[in-house]
Amino acid sequence: MDVQRGAGDVVTLDDLMTQARSLSEDIDFTAVTQWKARAEGRKAIGHMPTYVPRELIHASGMLSVGITGGGDRLEIIRGDAYFQSYICRIPRSTIELALSHRLDVLDGMLFPSICDVIRNLSGMWSMIFPDRYVHYVDVPQNFDVAVGGKFWRRELETLRTDFARLSGVAIDDDALRASIAVYNENRHVIRDLYRARSERPWIFPMSEVYYILRAGNVLPPEEHTAMLREYLVLAPGESDRRDQDRSRVVLAGMFCEQPPHGLVLTLERAGCYVVDDDFLLGLRWLQDDVTTTGDPLDALVDAYLNHSAMSASRYAPDGDRGRWLIDSVARNRAEGVIFAAPSFCDPALLDQPMLVTALDRKGIPHTEFKYAEDTGQFAVIREQAGTFSDSIRLWSEA
Amino acid sequence: MSAVRKEDSMLLQKQMMSDHYDRLASAHDEGRKVVYTFVPGNLNELVRSFGLLPVLPEINALQSGLRKKSGEYIAEAEKNGHSEDVCTYVKCDIGMLKKGNIGPTGTQLPKPDLLLLSYTGCFTFLKWFELLREEYGDVPVAMLHVPYQANGRIEPHQRDYVVQQMRTEVIPKLEQVSGRAYDEDRLREMLRLSARAEDDLVWTLESAKRTPSPIDAYFGGVHYIGPIFSAFRGTQGAVDYYTALRAEVQERLDAGQGPVTPEGPMGTEKYRLVVEGPPNWTSFREFWKMFYDEGAVFVASTYTKVGGLYDRGFRHDPDHPLETLADYCLGCYTNLGLPTRVDLLEQYINDYNADGFLVNSVKSCNSFSVGQLMMLRQLEERTGVPGVFIENDLVDPRYFSAANIKNRIESYLQMLDQKRGKAA
Repeated sequence: MDVQRGAGDVVTLDDLMTQARSLSEDIDFTAVTQWKARAEGRKAIGHMPTYVPRELIHASGMLSVGITGGGDRLEIIRGDAYFQSYICRIPRSTIELALSHRLDVLDGMLFPSICDVIRNLSGMWSMIFPDRYVHYVDVPQNFDVAVGGKFWRRELETLRTDFARLSGVAIDDDALRASIAVYNENRHVIRDLYRARSERPWIFPMSEVYYILRAGNVLPPEEHTAMLREYLVLAPGESDRRDQDRSRVVLAGMFCEQPPHGLVLTLERAGCYVVDDDFLLGLRWLQDDVTTTGDPLDALVDAYLNHSAMSASRYAPDGDRGRWLIDSVARNRAEGVIFAAPSFCDPALLDQPMLVTALDRKGIPHTEFKYAEDTGQFAVIREQAGTFSDSIRLWSEA
Repeated sequence: MSAVRKEDSMLLQKQMMSDHYDRLASAHDEGRKVVYTFVPGNLNELVRSFGLLPVLPEINALQSGLRKKSGEYIAEAEKNGHSEDVCTYVKCDIGMLKKGNIGPTGTQLPKPDLLLLSYTGCFTFLKWFELLREEYGDVPVAMLHVPYQANGRIEPHQRDYVVQQMRTEVIPKLEQVSGRAYDEDRLREMLRLSARAEDDLVWTLESAKRTPSPIDAYFGGVHYIGPIFSAFRGTQGAVDYYTALRAEVQERLDAGQGPVTPEGPMGTEKYRLVVEGPPNWTSFREFWKMFYDEGAVFVASTYTKVGGLYDRGFRHDPDHPLETLADYCLGCYTNLGLPTRVDLLEQYINDYNADGFLVNSVKSCNSFSVGQLMMLRQLEERTGVPGVFIENDLVDPRYFSAANIKNRIESYLQMLDQKRGKAA
């Protein structure tokens, strides 16, 4: 199976995965450098995980670049000098990326309100790089449009002004609506992929989906959408992919510091089909299309207030903390949940007892372990996940 | 160690706290309602203006640490699935609840009638009250999101956002729980009392600019902030306490005396230090002794600003009641961006004529701790004053390594001596 790309180029799944993997693992951000070099005056804005309004960056003609730390391919030399041993790994590897000049390609950096670590990292960034654009993106925790919505609109206006100044391109409403449409399309195809994976996880293994999604950190959204579409066509064409006797699980806790690919493979090899997850959540934070008519800032406000993904960093006003997870288990016909949280991740680890309680009430099996983005030994995790998977398959009441 | 010496103001405060916990113990029997809330960004005047009693879980946790109860509470929480990696204040509180919710003075703490989630300067607050909501089941929550001051200045739309939340979220829920209507005149009167107490608190803290300092602004300072940071801001009791405290400090100032330690008046002041970060509570007295035995006194601290940054000029303003409460919340120390925090520490080092500074980095508190190593380097570069970095925890006794900490402090003070010797 292959697909035709542009001027007669034929692409196979191997080609696509090689490209996606290369984009995912390139800690030198070569793709960003190349994108900037294609036209005079292009700029790129980095952002830490979870939600930032990427549509505004796109509408100003700049590239939005997701920064998810250095993964397992970066030796930390200077980054450790900035953080105590009890701080998670993503800030230290992100600082390492910056101090080793790998992030010089960025013209600004956004720090969404995930937790106190990323929040304080914004201040560190502004002290280390006083001449660079740094902005802490303080999303509302009040979801009344007249209160939190008003505040968030004002924050978006600030970003709109800032991005226009940085790029030299005024962001008019038409341009912003067009960018919203571009990201709607991207999120739409990601939702297609998640649905397809849930239906036939043996066709769309997590070990591939992970690379395909992560490539979206550095690609323009239009190119990422094209890559997702190619993958949706190519993966089903692999004749050797057959349903196996594996457990269907949902993964939770990976919304910020990303797991190493080896961990993803380990879960698959331990007998798990991952049918839903919360990694790279920022790419699909908005769970429905954003309106492309009317005032585009109001549309973004409405989308954030009413159509956001649930995450540990977002207040749950209705008190039903575990509902999204229960819903995911039901929707994806999952048989259990694996909590995989980064060590020292306050949001994920403080959230976990509440999610565990919610699962216990429903009798849904679960297991828990921690990781770091550079975890290299997977034997214990494989044993634990394998035992969990076996127990579900062999003794589940379902 | 010898028997602890207490100043009159400490005894007064002890009585205030004891009376407060007694009132809490009988609150529900007497038909009074209680509101749980946090120290940074607390709306004490507003809560009390409805006749409601505040409960501050951080205060309970630190008191449990002082009374050597926190270790068993934390173990209880971990046994119930809470990670060893996360905030020990939260685990201490959850553990205390699981073990019957007996407060620090030995009396029963009432179940909350409202959780006032003032999300100010600490992400963990959000999760903490979500966890308590799970534990207590049917308790309403009033969420107050206080935007972060990344640039160290309050933007008008941030103030409006906080005020709007008070009008649409906090006050309606306080009215519902209390059965009383919002009474702005009563609130103004309480804010007037707050400002009076704040004047005397600032005077007390700034008395440390004198040499010798009549106070220890850290180990003594945590006592001085007690009433105003907890349940008493906006009350006549707090005004009376700070009047008494001021008179007490004035006496020592007039007599040229230093701070009073748990073992009596401190000897000659040899080192003047500034400190960033909260203290350890489980070995509080032992930790303090490591300094006063060496003649080291803390002349300024950032921890005593987590419940309000009054020494930079802020006072509660009765003429703009909700706006002033918003400004108060926005300006609490841990709600400020790191550059602003470094600026403040630099001013303290200069204004208080410090010989050195300590960063007491606690594992539990990422809000304080993330960036402190960088703050240390920045401050040394800017001021030329050497700093020392110590790691421990708030209330988890497993993280207080007395011998290591003592060694480090002694070496640091020796280094300050050598530096002085060279300068001379």
